[in-house]
Amino acid sequence: MTTAPLSAAAAIAGIGATEFSKNSGRSEWRLACESVLAALDDAGIEPREVDGVSLFTMENNPEIAVARALGIPQLSFFSRVPHGGGGACAPVQQAAMAIATGAANVVVVYRAFNERSGTRFGAGPPPFAYRPSTDQEYRNWINPYGLLTPAQQEAILARRYMHLSGATSADFGRVSVLSRAHAANNPKAWFHGKPITLEDHQRSRLIADPLRLLDCCQETDGGQALVIVSTERARDLKHPPAVIRAAAQGIGPQQISMSSFSRPDIDALPEVRLCADQLWRQSGLGPADMNAAVVYDAFTPLVLMQLEEYGFCGRGEAKDFLADGICEVTGALPLNTHGGQLGEGYLHGVNGIAEGVRLVRGTSTNQPQHAVEHVLVTGGSPVPTSGLVLGIDR
Amino acid sequence: MTNKPPERTSTVPRLVVTQDNQFWFDAAREGRLVIQRCTNCAELRHPPAPACAACHSFDWDAVDAGGDATLHSYTVVHHPPDPAFEYPLAIGLADLPEGIRILADIAGLSHDRLVIGMPLRITLVRHGNGEILPQLQPVEGHRS
Repeated sequence: MTTAPLSAAAAIAGIGATEFSKNSGRSEWRLACESVLAALDDAGIEPREVDGVSLFTMENNPEIAVARALGIPQLSFFSRVPHGGGGACAPVQQAAMAIATGAANVVVVYRAFNERSGTRFGAGPPPFAYRPSTDQEYRNWINPYGLLTPAQQEAILARRYMHLSGATSADFGRVSVLSRAHAANNPKAWFHGKPITLEDHQRSRLIADPLRLLDCCQETDGGQALVIVSTERARDLKHPPAVIRAAAQGIGPQQISMSSFSRPDIDALPEVRLCADQLWRQSGLGPADMNAAVVYDAFTPLVLMQLEEYGFCGRGEAKDFLADGICEVTGALPLNTHGGQLGEGYLHGVNGIAEGVRLVRGTSTNQPQHAVEHVLVTGGSPVPTSGLVLGIDR
Repeated sequence: MTNKPPERTSTVPRLVVTQDNQFWFDAAREGRLVIQRCTNCAELRHPPAPACAACHSFDWDAVDAGGDATLHSYTVVHHPPDPAFEYPLAIGLADLPEGIRILADIAGLSHDRLVIGMPLRITLVRHGNGEILPQLQPVEGHRS
């Protein structure tokens, strides 16, 4: 479309990951290098051709370190996106913009950490929380009262959402059961061969009421990388291109990291709606055109809320939408077919982008029988967020 | 030599006190809950910020809050425990009749009595790092 120069300008041509584990036994820097080499190999592109890198600000392995270790001679584009998993899809947007404008030709995105064996976000505020800055000032209004972890912060939204929508813990549990069913069939997943029942979910211990253990993602060690090139170039490479039909970021009114508690409706996610509006406008597509979705699932309640904001169902209706079986592999909108971060592993959403690519290639371990032409991939909430629509080449 | 486990330290970060929010913590230390007010358009705002989002004025003062609150949402935290608190720990987001919201820990209430919409009182008490900060407590007659 002439009104959306970014749409279809670039494609994801390579994906590569390390194993996802409890303890990698290797440095985060090495995990980053391994995943980048795997993704470049998947694309069939030599490391010396890489001229762009886009990362999370939270990534501990800077582009300069990976470029040095892998002998990448020069980078003409490098950028960073804040807000952790919220920004998961944003480095891909940066990559697409760099390629569309000619700033770079081969852009690598990666996220690599020892989040399970090292610093766990679920254990308390991360190390950067102790830097006194405007960036961390928001903690003044939540942390001194014991609201310290992402699960606790999202529980405040979840309780309000239950109150307004009538959703129950079992409705959240259905997301977990679905993800674990998909993970059970994914050899790469933490919970390969380990499905759960709704009863298992309901019996799991409370972490931050209403969130139970099985509402929470599985922290992991590991690395995941992506290679983005022009769609034209991607056509000559090893795999069918996963064309970036649309890419967007979003910050909403009066947004505060993990705690936009001053908004009239704390169960609404206007930044997600902003991403949705941009994605549908850029791609010329809508929710009904999505043949699968990878929705960021650090915690189950936000999956329901995102499905509503992306327009798959009305506000408060996600519980009924999910109960219909529509998100199973046999349904119209298979959801988190890799097992999600609940089942495959919490790699800050970048492993979900790789699953979006596999769905478009037709190589997911839970590949739907129906044709997959378009997949929605979302970044995390409730923080500044991002999203992608990936599609087949046509 | 006995292998004594190290004493666990709280993970609660120290306050980030800036020129934009110091007035609020100073008042709290004196036992007062205050709300920032734009002196140009009278809009109240919380958490504090250097400018009024409604009229963009940098001029502000602070007014005392009455201390009444209504529970807007809550969580009861079980894991992971922090040595600064006792668990399970109830934390509430409360609507103030003045038109802003405050998040604080909830004390003096059995957790099975928590219900969205219930009235609460805000009291300033000592918290983990020694700061005097608001706490949500039951109103008289609702104590348990």
